[in-house]
Amino acid sequence: MQKISLPMNADTVRSLKVGEPVALSGVMVTGRDTAHKWMVETFIKKTRPPQDDDLQVYAALKPLLDGGVIYHCGPVVAGLDSQEYRFVAAGPTTSIREEPYQGDMMRHFSVRGVIGKGGMGPKTLAACQEVPGVYLHAVGGAASLIAQTVTRVLGVYKLEFGVPEAMWVIQVQDFPVVVTMDSHGNSQHAVIEQQSRAVLESLIG
Amino acid sequence: MQDLTDEILELIRRAATDLPPDVEKGLRAALENEAPGSAARGALETILKNVELSRANSTPICQDTGTPIFYVYYPEGWNTRKLRAQIETAVVQATQRSYLRPNSVDSLNGKNSGNNLGGQHFPSLHFEEVEGEALTIDLMLKGGGCENVGAQYSLPNSQLGAGRDLAGVRKVVLDAVHKAQGQGCAPGILGVAVGGDRGSSYYASKEVLYRQLDDTHSNPELAALEQRLTEESNLLGIGPMGFGGATTVLGTKITSLNRLPASFFVSVSYMCWAYRRRRMVWRDGQASYS
Repeated sequence: MQKISLPMNADTVRSLKVGEPVALSGVMVTGRDTAHKWMVETFIKKTRPPQDDDLQVYAALKPLLDGGVIYHCGPVVAGLDSQEYRFVAAGPTTSIREEPYQGDMMRHFSVRGVIGKGGMGPKTLAACQEVPGVYLHAVGGAASLIAQTVTRVLGVYKLEFGVPEAMWVIQVQDFPVVVTMDSHGNSQHAVIEQQSRAVLESLIG
Repeated sequence: MQDLTDEILELIRRAATDLPPDVEKGLRAALENEAPGSAARGALETILKNVELSRANSTPICQDTGTPIFYVYYPEGWNTRKLRAQIETAVVQATQRSYLRPNSVDSLNGKNSGNNLGGQHFPSLHFEEVEGEALTIDLMLKGGGCENVGAQYSLPNSQLGAGRDLAGVRKVVLDAVHKAQGQGCAPGILGVAVGGDRGSSYYASKEVLYRQLDDTHSNPELAALEQRLTEESNLLGIGPMGFGGATTVLGTKITSLNRLPASFFVSVSYMCWAYRRRRMVWRDGQASYS
């Protein structure tokens, strides 16, 4: 399995092809439904004025996301009272819900990797070609196992979104994923969707 | 009345951190059907490793500990108001101990309650009085990813050529499995309800998921359809996690409800591979779990 350090440069991203298993090490940021909506509305489309600590959080996130990875994950976190945070369970959530936001978010922050499950659609695939970036599939539900690759919780932003929706900054070691959408326009998800559609039509047609 | 808070907490711990034996067996059998070195086999290996680790460490199998759905079957003499309070206390404690993720969000202001309580419907509680002396609590934790790919069809459906019969039921269920792709964390388990109104139909499609994975329907026609739907779903080739492969669905469970002459609903509840359901029976002052 290829080992990759984060952040990734463009050449590394372009070398990754659909079907390839990869182990990631370095810093990544979690973000899901509320975070994506917040980022796009506040900083990209600017349909909502920045409030509270929005601008400070933006300034802190920018360098972390530049060439970095966003992980679609709502973890179970221990140590909430003491703020000595520890990830207990941290598998991926379904990525397709971020399809309306992901491409814009990748371009704005130069995000080169998106981790989640279930794959994403044509808008994200187009952004993967432009930025360039890759979609990395983690095994859904493998939460205890993946949490063991999180060696440290470095911090958290927007905890008021709730524990699952907050943006956690984590250090990982050998976080296991498979490339299912690459920067060359290939999507394993589009292929499986088409193949299974043909079978469905033959079964019910 | 006996306080069962500690016993219910243990029920939650088991449900969240230890997969039922019939499900684990089904996953092991699925692994053998995937080609060595394939992404599908790799996913199932990871899944089974994670199941063992979660059991050993009492940590959640999946971080999405879902909607806790309780069905309480109580003998005469128990007070459902007190049972509700005990379940709620156990849910709060389970959240503090990281068996459950805080998962209850106010739909209007987006605020997470932080303790898995909120309103009359979180957690989801159902009470039914039963004969005999034993009190039974069934608990299922159903995550959001698989809940989102559930579907309800109103038959006839001309797009799918599905009429108001079991042949039509077959077509819409296969359509639901195709639409779900890997997004409900395949390999999944299908709970199917035929009939009812929109609400009762969806409830029944979840209740049928309390059946054992390897049981057989008592109605031979439905038993045959269950088997056929599992086999045909697997022909779709979506595979574990949607990576492609031999196992898309581990099993299918069908139930039926009476309907109005005007309505013919088919509801599909998709349960992810992390099929977390556990039962507690309280009898003669002792709890037993399965």
